[in-house]
Amino acid sequence: MSNHQINPNKWIDLYSDYLFNYTITRVKDRDTAQDLVQDTFFAGLKSMKNFKGEASERTWLISILKRKIIDHYRKINSKKGKAEVRINFNSDTDNEGDWIEQRVADPFDKTAENTLENTELGLAIHNCMSKLPEKQAQIFKMKTILGYETETICNELNITASNLWVIIHRARTALASCLEKNWF
Amino acid sequence: MFISCNEANHNCDKSQYNEASLWEKIKLNIHLIYCKACRKYSKNNSKLTQVINNSELEYLKTSEKDALKKNFEEELSKNN
Repeated sequence: MSNHQINPNKWIDLYSDYLFNYTITRVKDRDTAQDLVQDTFFAGLKSMKNFKGEASERTWLISILKRKIIDHYRKINSKKGKAEVRINFNSDTDNEGDWIEQRVADPFDKTAENTLENTELGLAIHNCMSKLPEKQAQIFKMKTILGYETETICNELNITASNLWVIIHRARTALASCLEKNWF
Repeated sequence: MFISCNEANHNCDKSQYNEASLWEKIKLNIHLIYCKACRKYSKNNSKLTQVINNSELEYLKTSEKDALKKNFEEELSKNN
C-alpha cells in the first residue's frame, strides 16, 4: 500500500534547507525559524508510525511545519499585554513622519504580490537546486546564498580555487536552463 | 587581449560574485564584442544572479545545520 518510505536518518540532509526556507518567509526571524524546523523534525519522529505513505516525506513534514508555524503565532499573540492593541497616529517618539504625507504607503515599496512572487520563486529555485548533483548544489549554496569567501570554501572542502569555479560554472549553467524551463 | 570562450566564461562567473579584477572584466568585454555564444551566456548568468538576489533565499549555515543534526540524533537515539 505505502508508496513512500520514511527514513528519519536522512531528514536533515534532505529537507532542512527546504523547511527552513519555507519557515523564514513566514516568520522573518532566523532563530525562531530554526527552532520551528527542529520542532518539526522532533514531532515527525514522534508520530512516525502515523505516516501512511500517501504523500512524500517532504509534504508530510511541511504539513507538520504548517501547524507549528500557526501555533507559534498563536503563542505570541496570547502573551499577556499583547492582546491590547494601541493605535496611535504617530507611535514613534522621534519627530520624523509628523506629516501625514510621510506616513502613507510608498507605492514603490514591496507589494504583497511582489512578496508572494518572491516566495514562489524561492521554492522554484530550490526545486531546481535539488536536481543538481549534491556536491555542486552544496558549493553553489555556500558561494551564492551564504556568501562565503572562495578561500573559506576551498579550505573547508579541500578543493582548489579553479576546481571551485568549474563546479560553480556547471551549477550555474544547469540552474539557468532549469529555471528557464520552469519559471521565466 | 583576446581570450578563449572558456576563460571568458570563467571571468563572467567571477564577475557575478564581484571577484573579477578590472583587467579581467576588460578582457571579458572585448571577448563579448565578437562572441555571440558568450554574450548569451553572460546575459543568462546575470539574470540568474538577479533572480537569486530577488528571491531572498535563505539557508542554514553549516554550523547551524550541524547543531540541528546533533540535537536530532540525540532525539533519534532516545526513541530507539
